[in-house]
Amino acid sequence: MAAFRGDHLVFEDISFRLQPGDALVLVGRNGSGKTTLLRLVAGLMPRTAGDVLWEGQDALADLPAHGLRLAYLGHQDALKLGLTAAENLGLWARGPQPGRIAAVEAALEAVGLADLAHLPARMLSAGQRRRVSIARLLVSGAVLWLLDEPTTALDIASIERLGRLAAAHRAGGGMVMAATHLDLPLPDAAELSLS
Amino acid sequence: MIRILAREVRLSLRHGADTLAVLLFFVLAAGLFPLAVGPEPRLLGRLAPGTIWVCALLAALLPLDRLFGADYEDGTLDQLLLSGLPPSLMALAKAAAHWVTTGLPLLIVAGPVAIMLRMPPAGLGPLLLGLLPGTVTLSLLGTTGAALVIGARRGGVLLPLLVLPLATPVLIFGAAAAGASLTGRSARPELLLLTALLVLALPLCPIAAGAAARAAAE
Repeated sequence: MAAFRGDHLVFEDISFRLQPGDALVLVGRNGSGKTTLLRLVAGLMPRTAGDVLWEGQDALADLPAHGLRLAYLGHQDALKLGLTAAENLGLWARGPQPGRIAAVEAALEAVGLADLAHLPARMLSAGQRRRVSIARLLVSGAVLWLLDEPTTALDIASIERLGRLAAAHRAGGGMVMAATHLDLPLPDAAELSLS
Repeated sequence: MIRILAREVRLSLRHGADTLAVLLFFVLAAGLFPLAVGPEPRLLGRLAPGTIWVCALLAALLPLDRLFGADYEDGTLDQLLLSGLPPSLMALAKAAAHWVTTGLPLLIVAGPVAIMLRMPPAGLGPLLLGLLPGTVTLSLLGTTGAALVIGARRGGVLLPLLVLPLATPVLIFGAAAAGASLTGRSARPELLLLTALLVLALPLCPIAAGAAARAAAE
């Protein structure tokens, strides 16, 4: 794959594949295209060359269906400050209504925010908001996690918790693609260097 | 799609001041006309349909720059595009949310404002009947404009420049419908034309807005 940002060639000749249970860590200096690559895989950005294949089929042919396969954690937390943590997650939970509330509660429990579920997001600290975004990965039920600097604002305990959640996700056949400067606790993850 | 709509409405209830500000703007702007042209009832009554339509149009523009702007800034737009919903339906939900939180309240307040402006009672029915498809069309056009200016540096200024020219047919036929009944004509042709505009905007605007939102995310 190759990608342009304006007139600037961000990267070219990138190729990788992920199997269920795999993790891929993107490393590279600032501006080397980690975010661009994640957004390209998500179908949020047009590719200049190359293909994104899902089980051998063009993944980006049907973008809404592709969106359901993945959960994207971007730089921003995508939280509405006026809504509570639970309300923020409610929109992204999939499946029939009765199961959604339970899924949201379970996800907030998993990131250690069960007590704060009914507090408006504006009352949460930056790290807690980040954890609500991580809970969104869980409620989405998506197979592929795309994480862009997931550890921003997280404390050490939360980073370890994220590592455990990612491991559980991979053990269940999920895939993780993460761009990070810090060492994420992702055991035996492949590394893709962008430079 | 219903859930996006429900969430938008819940958000705007949480920030109730936004809707209230739109309504107060509408009432105040309409209230300026008697002060400017004088309180003579016959003149005011003749001006009332146009006054109400212009004020409703301007008031409906007020919340538009936050319609997608807030979602773009906090990253929600990316999540909405990945939610599995086609972007056009996402835009349709946004337009519906704009109508519920802006168009519908304006419609409710328009009656009392018309009476305040001494509009003859015969015009009241056609005015409100015209505002019903008219405000929905304005929400659709406004959503398209809002999607086009996502990420633009002075989007709030650009937005009226984009939407107002597109909204002129709605304004012309809407004001004419209420005006026709004042002169004793039937308002039926104008109301049918307004409905035709709505039928045209209903499929086209969400498609355009959805494409613009996707382009903005890039």
